[in-house]
Amino acid sequence: MTALRDILSQGVQMCLVLLLAPLLTGFVRKVKARLLRRRGPPLLQPYRDLIRLMRKDVVLADNASWLFRVIPYLMFAGTWVAASLVPTFGNGLLFSWTADLIAIIALLGSARFFQALAGMDVGTAFGGIGSSREVMIASLAEPAMLITVFSVAMIAGSTQLSNVAEFMGSDAVGLRVSLGMAFVALTIMALAENARIPVDNPATHLELTMVHEAMVLEYSGRHLALIDLSSQLKLLLYVSLIACVFLPWSMATADASAARLVYGALVYFGKLVVLGFLLAVFETSIAKMRVFRIPEFLGAALMLALLATLLRFVSGSL
Amino acid sequence: MIAVALWSVAVLLALAPAGVVLSTRPRGSLILYGGCLIATSTLCVTALTDLLYFPHLAPSVTLPIGLPWLGAHFRLDALSAFFLVVVNLGGVAASLFALGYGQHEDSPGRVLPFYPAYLAAMNVVVLANDAFSFLVAWEFMSLTSWAMVVSHHREAENVRAGYVYLLMASFGTLALLLAFGLLASGAGYDFDAIRASHPSAALTGMVVILVLLGAGSKAGLVPLHAWLPLAHPAAPSHVSGLMSGVMTKVAVYGFVRIVFDLLPEPVWWWSMVVLLVGGPTATLGVLYALMQRDIKRVLAYSTIENIGIIFTGLGLALAFKAEGLDWVAALAFTAAMLHVFNHALFKSLLFFGAGAVLGATGERDMEKLGGLIHRMPKTAFAVLVGCVAISALPPFNGFVSEWLTFQAILLSPQLPNWGLKLIIPAVGGLLALAAAFAAACFVKLYGISFLGRPRSDVAASAHETDRFSLAAMFALAVLCLVAGILPGLFIDALAPVSKAMVGNVMPYQTGLDWLTIVPIAESRSSYNGLLVFLFAALSGMAAASAIHRLASDRLRRAPAWDCGYPDPSPTIQYSASSFSQPIRRVFGSVIFAAREIGEMPPPLSPSPARLTVDMRDLIWDALYAPIAKVIGVATERINMLQFFTIRRYLTLVFAALIVLLLVVAL
Repeated sequence: MTALRDILSQGVQMCLVLLLAPLLTGFVRKVKARLLRRRGPPLLQPYRDLIRLMRKDVVLADNASWLFRVIPYLMFAGTWVAASLVPTFGNGLLFSWTADLIAIIALLGSARFFQALAGMDVGTAFGGIGSSREVMIASLAEPAMLITVFSVAMIAGSTQLSNVAEFMGSDAVGLRVSLGMAFVALTIMALAENARIPVDNPATHLELTMVHEAMVLEYSGRHLALIDLSSQLKLLLYVSLIACVFLPWSMATADASAARLVYGALVYFGKLVVLGFLLAVFETSIAKMRVFRIPEFLGAALMLALLATLLRFVSGSL
Repeated sequence: MIAVALWSVAVLLALAPAGVVLSTRPRGSLILYGGCLIATSTLCVTALTDLLYFPHLAPSVTLPIGLPWLGAHFRLDALSAFFLVVVNLGGVAASLFALGYGQHEDSPGRVLPFYPAYLAAMNVVVLANDAFSFLVAWEFMSLTSWAMVVSHHREAENVRAGYVYLLMASFGTLALLLAFGLLASGAGYDFDAIRASHPSAALTGMVVILVLLGAGSKAGLVPLHAWLPLAHPAAPSHVSGLMSGVMTKVAVYGFVRIVFDLLPEPVWWWSMVVLLVGGPTATLGVLYALMQRDIKRVLAYSTIENIGIIFTGLGLALAFKAEGLDWVAALAFTAAMLHVFNHALFKSLLFFGAGAVLGATGERDMEKLGGLIHRMPKTAFAVLVGCVAISALPPFNGFVSEWLTFQAILLSPQLPNWGLKLIIPAVGGLLALAAAFAAACFVKLYGISFLGRPRSDVAASAHETDRFSLAAMFALAVLCLVAGILPGLFIDALAPVSKAMVGNVMPYQTGLDWLTIVPIAESRSSYNGLLVFLFAALSGMAAASAIHRLASDRLRRAPAWDCGYPDPSPTIQYSASSFSQPIRRVFGSVIFAAREIGEMPPPLSPSPARLTVDMRDLIWDALYAPIAKVIGVATERINMLQFFTIRRYLTLVFAALIVLLLVVAL
């Protein structure tokens, strides 16, 4: 009975992230549009886009290799697995022990590795510029992310997200300077990893500063749909991660009743709304940076994360 | 067991003179590499059996060769057995690869005799149980590999590489010789006697530094790395694979054998030194690799990075052991050993891939390659696996060993020592940086040489490599995946090594549900490569079949879009140097003193614009250049001795005699 319930809740989690991801993107777009006094696309527009893209033919460049056709599936699989491992409405899910936070980040790293390769497959200048900049950003963002994970994991005594969430929700945490720094660092990283303003602009196509869009320029049809869905899943993953580590309240525990699970899901939904709104406000109020300002921005995150970790080493209570 | 191992080594040694004869025969290389394949397979199976079933026996043999009063001692304990597996797995793969690749060799006489001798020497280093045999085998290993580095001696670059290599190898052996001299002062050259002796703290400290210099220079630790990216790429590719994948591991073996086994309990500052060298080695090695455009040189620099990761693991193990936390030391040590094994797999694979590309195109320069995935699809697939594995990405093996190293770093707040407490997070940051750079580096290597459009005619007319080479590469690729998804088996196999070296073992892994690995406790961390792999494979396939069935599976070919302005010239693509330009601009200005000088012609002038990039290896400038200068001046002076008149020589002899007599008299 418990096994069935475990499998069910894990399955619900996997479907939930897949279904919610486009909605979150649609919500952020809508809020951004309203803040600019535009009406904006309907909330469900991302779903319509995905379905339309999936129905279209794929137009493949003449010299695209088999790798180019496989990569969208690889990216989607890696991101989806990573996203379904982050606790959303409840922790202690069936497969939460298959991968810890470091492995989740590395899974996203795999997806990015293949995406950067895809940018170089057709042999166009745009693809190369996107890949080259993506790895530059990643070479700063990934270590910053790992060090942030170090500081959080050292405070919680675990890299297992379910345990981290449980610890962060308990009274043992208290107010810590290092957690504050880790929060700022994680937020900066989430912006960079999801190609949001000020690092990249998710709304542009033809600008020399673009990174993510340049890599996927040659994709079309179902391949493009999968890549779009992967980036939406990634945004949801990072928002869930921040919610899970820094706002872990009202998450259902492993042995919770059905009512608790539903309550947890509702609260999770509320957290997504709040964080998505904050993201839209932040993106509207700040300008896109030049490419070579990004290292400074990410370097600040790296330093903050390192400082947080050092503080933890220096004193157990900071 | 040990008898089988030694007889196989003897077969390898006997193949060396046979190589001289075989090199003139048309099928000679097949026979020789076939012989090496059989001998190394025997050794590999023997060592594996020993490691898995009889790790506590440690049989030893004394042969009446070498120094008359000492003899040659050999011993096969768990550590030796593990490194024998690594050496001979690399040997098997390289010999299999060479069955095909070696036939293209222009002058086989310069490679064939040395190849089996080189394999034999590496085996003897690992088996030796006295300082004399160890050093003789070590030097023999250096010299045979040197001979193969200069096998293509008509290229001036290779000769220079050989010269630098010979100097650094001699320096390394000298440091080890001094280390053993210090150790043997109270005990003699037999390892068993050294183990039983009780050297003073000052003496062991000096030994650690000397071993770090000696073994570290062979392994390529910064700042003693400068020879490695010159020498490893110069050799034929299967030998490059052995040098990078295996010989650097023999150097790691030397370090572990002396520091963990022969010396008494470690002191905390040893680990400090090792960590301070290991962390920067990892980051700098891969940053150098990112700046290169020669495939084999990228791989050689990336070896430096991986050696840095291994030494960081060893440094952590020393730190935890010195502070009495030997259960964490076991974790760090196992992580380092697992990385030794993993790196031997994927680095051999990647060098073989580079060899296949070199054989098909005659080019090592990435900026003349491109689009090889269309013309060499099987090689491209195997190399892709190697690239993902070396970038420490799940579900492959590189990730597991780095993950374990990170888990050990996360336990470091438990260390009571303040110096270590402050250094270890910084080292963790450096490792994280190195992992991210490695991914960037291998996106570049693969993207520029295998993807895109061909940048030269040779790349456009390349052809797939032979079956033997493919078999070697695919076997290694499969091992990379297996070690990534079933790491528990490998961790358990390392338990006797860790028990012997740090006195504790990681928790037993294979009994756990679903073959998860749990380094300390499930509440702290766990990872299951198998499930991650299955999960990802299933969800990818489910997505593909669902979309193909429910939505659309049609596909059209058309010219590339490229925002409406596709340019047919392949030079429009990103090149190796332009790909790393952003990273060079962010990190290179300090570390390499990199400068970009752009010259724009005046308006309406038809002359081309130029961009010159100036980069320097600051370590070479600061350390090697002055030494080279001093040596140059000194040899110039000494050279004068050659051109004296007979009178002067007689005067010199007379003066020497007087001095000697004075010394004797006083």
